[in-house]
Amino acid sequence: MKPVPFTYIRAESAEHVVETLRAHGDEAKILAGGQSLLPALNMRLVRPGVLVDLNFATGLDGITEENGSLRIGALVRQATAQRSELVRTGCPLLAESLPLVGHVVTRNRGTVCGSIAHADSAAELPLALVALGGEVVTSRRAVPAAEFFLTHFTTTLEPDELVVATSWPRLGPGWAGALEEFAVRHGDFALASAACVLHVEDARVADARLAVGSVTARPELVEASPLVGHAVDVESARGVAATVARSIDPSPNLHGSPEYRRRLIEVLVERVIARAWAAAS
Amino acid sequence: MGGGVVNAIDVTVNGRSYSELVEPRLLLSDFLRHTLGLTGTHVGCEHGVCGACTVRLDGTAVRSCLLLAVQADGTSIETIEGLAANGDLHPLQEAFRRHHALQCGFCTSGILMAAADLLESRDTVPTRGEIVDMLAGHLCRCTGYEPIVDAIADVAGSS
Repeated sequence: MKPVPFTYIRAESAEHVVETLRAHGDEAKILAGGQSLLPALNMRLVRPGVLVDLNFATGLDGITEENGSLRIGALVRQATAQRSELVRTGCPLLAESLPLVGHVVTRNRGTVCGSIAHADSAAELPLALVALGGEVVTSRRAVPAAEFFLTHFTTTLEPDELVVATSWPRLGPGWAGALEEFAVRHGDFALASAACVLHVEDARVADARLAVGSVTARPELVEASPLVGHAVDVESARGVAATVARSIDPSPNLHGSPEYRRRLIEVLVERVIARAWAAAS
Repeated sequence: MGGGVVNAIDVTVNGRSYSELVEPRLLLSDFLRHTLGLTGTHVGCEHGVCGACTVRLDGTAVRSCLLLAVQADGTSIETIEGLAANGDLHPLQEAFRRHHALQCGFCTSGILMAAADLLESRDTVPTRGEIVDMLAGHLCRCTGYEPIVDAIADVAGSS
């Protein structure tokens, strides 16, 4: 279990990364926190000719607030974001998702943006970003999260494009979100996951966003419109959850059949709707 | 591509400075064990799951199998060999002995380094739940974990 030989390039800046990617094309791979890339390198599932190390680049480790969103730079570790007061108060859905990502020690090194760029369909942070309607800021553009993820481990990133930050909308008064997952052990990849963001006005849902993960090839927005215009009760949450469960087609997995995972999604969707409603009301 | 190319790195390990030449693909865990001969850091799964290789990099607990040695250039690393200062057991090591928190000992060095980080990187006393949450990232197949939780909680003063 050792990586293949590769050329190591220590990037000094985001621009340096892009230049290096441009020079080497598909041969090059970006190394950020490495908590997904290093296992893949060790198992030789990935055999890059060139590894571009982002960790020494400057100006990418900030958590800032701009235009009503939190901007989290490419080198912000998951543990740093978890400890951030700005994240706790400005983006509670991200704050509640972070403890579900891996373990204490892997979060010390793993980055928020790396998890987004890696695009594992069972990962929590991509699901949260899609549910919130956030954006991925790259070296050349800003991409809405729902358009960024294409399928398993695949995004709209071009070979010479770097994620420089992710943008997490700060929810206003009357807005709240919730994220739930089911994993065999805490820290494992989830068998099913769901997130809900609601805007409640005058004791009715004014806006609703619902997304599921793990059971789809990418975090996927699903039908939430039946919630809009009404108060949420057990019956309406259950009705929407049942519709969502019918609309997905999960693959079998070592730990659960498609039917089992569909049932998990039904339970999790009902829970996130109920929790988001309670928090926003 | 890249075969034979080596990078020069300067690292401090347990207070001692080293200047070494490393191949880019050399894992930090193998650098510690094979290049420096510090075999107290154990290698279990080599993909970040078992936690046996955990060391502290500039004070923070990390998986040494998920870092390249070349990335440790300019850093200060603490391994299990550095935990017992001047030959006196660290309070965590004493507590592990008192509570019988190890049997075969393979996972112990990684757990001790993560526990040291848990206790020293914060001002508040970790709860028993937080200790359990931290230990979720460390596989121990002997103890059943309870004595490990007890030992760490004892040193931390957790209720």
